[in-house]
Amino acid sequence: MSASDVGGMPQITYNFAYLDEQTKRMIRRAILKAIAVPGYQVPFAAREMPMPYGWGTGGVQVTAAVLGRDDVLKVIDQGADDTTNAVAIRGFFEKTARVATTTSTTEATVIQTRHRIPETKLREDQILVYQVPIPEPLRFLEPRETETRQLHALAEYGLMHVKLYEDIARHGHIATTYAYPVEVAGRYVMDPSPIPKFDNPKMDDSPALQLFGAGREKRIYAIPPHTKVRSLDFEDHPFKVQRFAKPCALCGATGAYLDEVILDDKGGRMFVCSDTDFCNTRQEEGHRGEMGA
Amino acid sequence: MYVAAKGGEKAIRNAHALLAKRRRGNENLPSIGLDQIAAQLTLAVDRVMAEGSLYDIELASLAVKQARGDLIEAIFLIRAFRTTLPRFGNAQPLDTSRMLVRRRVSATFKDLPGGQLLGPTFDYTHRLLDTALGGGENGDISGDSPVASGGDIGDIPAAPVAMPRVTDLLGQEGLIEASPADDGAEPFDITRAPVAYPVDRATRLQTLARGDEGYLLALGYSTQRGYARSHPFVGEIRFGDVEVIFEVPELGFEVSLGTVQVTECQMVNQFKGSAEVPPQFTRGYGLVFGQCERKAMSMALVERALRWKELGEEQSAPAQDEEFVLSHCDNVQATGFVEHLKLPHYVDFQAELDLVRRMRAEHEAEMKEAAE
Amino acid sequence: MTATEQPLLVAEGLSKNYGARIGCRDVSLEVYPGEVLAVVGESGSGKSTLLSLLSTELAPTSGRVSYRLRDGALTDLASLGAAERRLLMRTDWGFVRQNPAEGLRMAVSAGGNVGERLMAVGWRHYGNIREEALDWLGRVEIAGDRIDDDPRAFSGGMRQRLQIARNLVTRPRLVFMDEPTGGLDVSVQARLLDLIRGLVTDLGLAVIIVTHDLAVARLLSHRMVVMRQGRVIETGITDQVLDDPREPYTQLLVSSVLAV
Repeated sequence: MSASDVGGMPQITYNFAYLDEQTKRMIRRAILKAIAVPGYQVPFAAREMPMPYGWGTGGVQVTAAVLGRDDVLKVIDQGADDTTNAVAIRGFFEKTARVATTTSTTEATVIQTRHRIPETKLREDQILVYQVPIPEPLRFLEPRETETRQLHALAEYGLMHVKLYEDIARHGHIATTYAYPVEVAGRYVMDPSPIPKFDNPKMDDSPALQLFGAGREKRIYAIPPHTKVRSLDFEDHPFKVQRFAKPCALCGATGAYLDEVILDDKGGRMFVCSDTDFCNTRQEEGHRGEMGA
Repeated sequence: MYVAAKGGEKAIRNAHALLAKRRRGNENLPSIGLDQIAAQLTLAVDRVMAEGSLYDIELASLAVKQARGDLIEAIFLIRAFRTTLPRFGNAQPLDTSRMLVRRRVSATFKDLPGGQLLGPTFDYTHRLLDTALGGGENGDISGDSPVASGGDIGDIPAAPVAMPRVTDLLGQEGLIEASPADDGAEPFDITRAPVAYPVDRATRLQTLARGDEGYLLALGYSTQRGYARSHPFVGEIRFGDVEVIFEVPELGFEVSLGTVQVTECQMVNQFKGSAEVPPQFTRGYGLVFGQCERKAMSMALVERALRWKELGEEQSAPAQDEEFVLSHCDNVQATGFVEHLKLPHYVDFQAELDLVRRMRAEHEAEMKEAAE
Repeated sequence: MTATEQPLLVAEGLSKNYGARIGCRDVSLEVYPGEVLAVVGESGSGKSTLLSLLSTELAPTSGRVSYRLRDGALTDLASLGAAERRLLMRTDWGFVRQNPAEGLRMAVSAGGNVGERLMAVGWRHYGNIREEALDWLGRVEIAGDRIDDDPRAFSGGMRQRLQIARNLVTRPRLVFMDEPTGGLDVSVQARLLDLIRGLVTDLGLAVIIVTHDLAVARLLSHRMVVMRQGRVIETGITDQVLDDPREPYTQLLVSSVLAV
C-alpha cells in the first residue's frame, strides 16, 4: 500500500493482487507445506481481506499468492461464472492484478471455485483453488480445535465412521451429500469443502494441483497432482454418487451435475448443467437437450 | 425455450449505485462532514477504532460515514485497510500510570491520591430525551469545568498531574497479584500469525481488545449472574491520553509518536491463596482505544474468568471456555460467516433435495409393503 | 490370582497437589491380571484423583504408573507417546464413569456407541460392526431392538450397562470404574453389580473400582485399599479388611456404614 495526498484525504493504492509481497511469501510457504503433507491443514496467518469472511477470503488469498501476471483466471460459484459472488471475486482480481480472465475451463490456468469441480477434466498446468468455509472434517463431531488437532495427529478417525454408521442405521444410507469426507494419500481425513459428493471422484488422481483456502479459520491444505483421494465408506456400503434421471435439458449431457430450475408454480421443473461453461461449450458444439434452442 | 439468468455483473453495479444514493440520502441536505462525525459521534468513532484495531480518528470517521452508521461494517472497512499497512516495529508498552487522566473512578476506595474525577460520562444523567438537541441546539452544557491542562484533543478537561493506579497502591502492600513483568519478548501478534489454543496472556488480551463489545458485555454479565462468579470490584477505570513511545533500532533512542486515548479497567477479584501464595486479590484487565468503559469493564470480567486454570479454579461456565470465547468474539469474522448464508447454495441444496426425495420414496414403499 | 503371576499395573509413590490442596500423597499399589481392587474412602479422600492418576488422565506431581503391555514388558506409562497411550486406552483399557453422559455419546445410537471402538481400531464392515454390537447389547441385557435408539431414551441402569458394553467390546484387560452404581436405585444397583461380577469373571478382567459404598467393595472386589486425606491408610484382602479392620478410621467407616 502506498498513500499520496490528493485533495483532502490521501489516495490509497494497493500492491499487485492486493496483498503485499511479504504476505504472499508467507502464504506460499504455507501452500508448499500443504503440498508436502497432503490433506494436512496448515495454519497460516490469514489476512483481513476487503471482502467478508465466509465469502471466499481464503480462496482469494491462495489465488493472490499463486497468481502471476501471465495467468488466466476463471472464477466460479455453484459451477457458474456469472453468479454474483464469482463476478465480485473476478472483478477484484481484474482491478487489483489486471490479469486476464476467462469463463472457459480449458483456457484458464488458475480456477477459483466455490462448491463445484468443473466437469471438463483438468490438466497438469492448471491449479484449482477451493473456497473453504469450515476446513475441519471433524468439527461437527468435535468442535474443539485442541481436540481435533490431536485426533488428526494420531489418525484417530473412528468418530468419523461413527457418523457414517449412524447415517446407515437411521436412514439406510450414508446421508452426507456434500462436504463428504475423504482420506488423502492414505493418511489425513480431509473436508473437500462443500462440493457435492458427486464431484469427489474428480479429486482422485487429478493431474491438476488442488489448493484449499479457509480465511476465517486460517487454514490452507492441498492435494498434489496424482494423489490418491478416497471417499470414506464401509466395505458393505460403498461410496456412491448420485445419478440424475434425465440428461441436461439444454445440452443433453448425461453424467454431469444438474441444477433443478423451477419453471412455474404448477410443478414445472427442468434440470440443467450447473457447470455453465461445460453446458455452453456443448451447445456450441451442436449438442441439444429437450428444451434447448 | 429456457434461458438461464445472467447479468450478475450489471446487477451488482446497479445495487452499488443504489447503495451510494441511499448513503447520500436527501440531496437537499448538506453531506455530513468527517469533522462532524469525529467531533459529535465520538463514541461511535472510538468503537470503530477499538474493534478495528487502528487508531486513526479521520479514517474511522470516514468508515462510519461510508458504512451509513453500521458500526460493524465500519470496523470491517478499517480492518481491511489496516491489514495492508506495513509493520515498523512494536511500541513500548503503554504506561497508563502516566496517563493524562480525563476521567477516573474507583469503586474500592472513597478517596485516593489524585481523587475521583467524573469527567465526561453518561453516569447519573437522567435518561430523558433532550428535545432541545433535536432542534439543533447544544443541550445543557453549563456546569463548572475542573482544571484543564494539556486538553489539546477536544474540550475535555484533564487532571493536571499523573495519578497512581489503584492496583499499584494495593500492590505496595502485596495485597494484589503483581502485574506480570515485561519479559522484553516480542508479543504474539494475532493479526500476523495463526492462533493455536491454549493461548498466552498477550494473545488473550489482544483478542479480547478487538472483540465485539456486545458479545463481551453478555459474557461479562453472565459471570455476574453466577456463571463463573469472580466477586469483582472496579479497582479503577481511567480514561485519558497516553503517550506512544517507539524505540527506533537504527537510532538507538526513543521517540514519542504522539498520544492515543484509551480506557483502562482494572477489576479486583477475590482469591483465597494457595500453599505458595498468601491470600491476595487477583485482577482482570481491560484496555480499549477511545472512551469505551462498557467494553473495558466487560473485557476485564471475561479476562478474569478465562484465568481459571492458572488460579486453580473450577471450570463451570461458558465465559471460562477459552477456545469458545476467543474464537467467537471477532464480529468481522462472525458477521461474514453468518451473512455468507445469503450466498447461493444451489448445488448442495440440490444434493439434499435428491436424497430427501429418494428417502421419502423408500419410506412410502415401506409403508405400502407394511400395509399389504 | 497366584503368587507367581506378575502384576498388570504398578503405581509407585504417586502424589498430586492442586496448588495448596493435596489430592493424593505417596500412593503405591499393584493390580494383578483378573483381580478386582476396590479403592474406598469418603468424598474428598483422594480416591477419584488416584483413579485419574492411574488411568493417566492426570499427570502426577511425583511418582509413576507402569503397565504390562501385551508384549509382557512392564512399561512406565509416562514414557509412552500420546498415540501409544491413546491406543492403549481405547483397546486394552476401559473406563466406566459414574455419570454415563460422560462415558457415552448421548446423541449417538446404542449400536454406534458400542461400535465406536471397533471402528477406531479399523473395522470397516457395517454388517460385522452391527453384529458385534448386537452381541454385546445382549451380554449387558439390552434388547436387540433398542440398537438404533440413543441413550437419552434409556433409563439410568440401561445407560450404565451400555457404557460397560461400549468399553468391553475390544476385550480390554483392565477396566477403571468410578462409582459405577452411584445415583442408581437400590434394586437397579443390585442387578448392575451382578452383571459386572459375571462379566468380570467370564472375561478375567482386572478392575480398579472407586466407591464410597463398602457393600459394593464387598460384593465385587478381591482386595481393597482405604484412603483418607490423600493417603492409603489400610490395604488387604477385602473380607479381611471389612471383617477385621486394623485402622481406627477404617473401623469407624465399617461400623458406621456397614451392615453387610
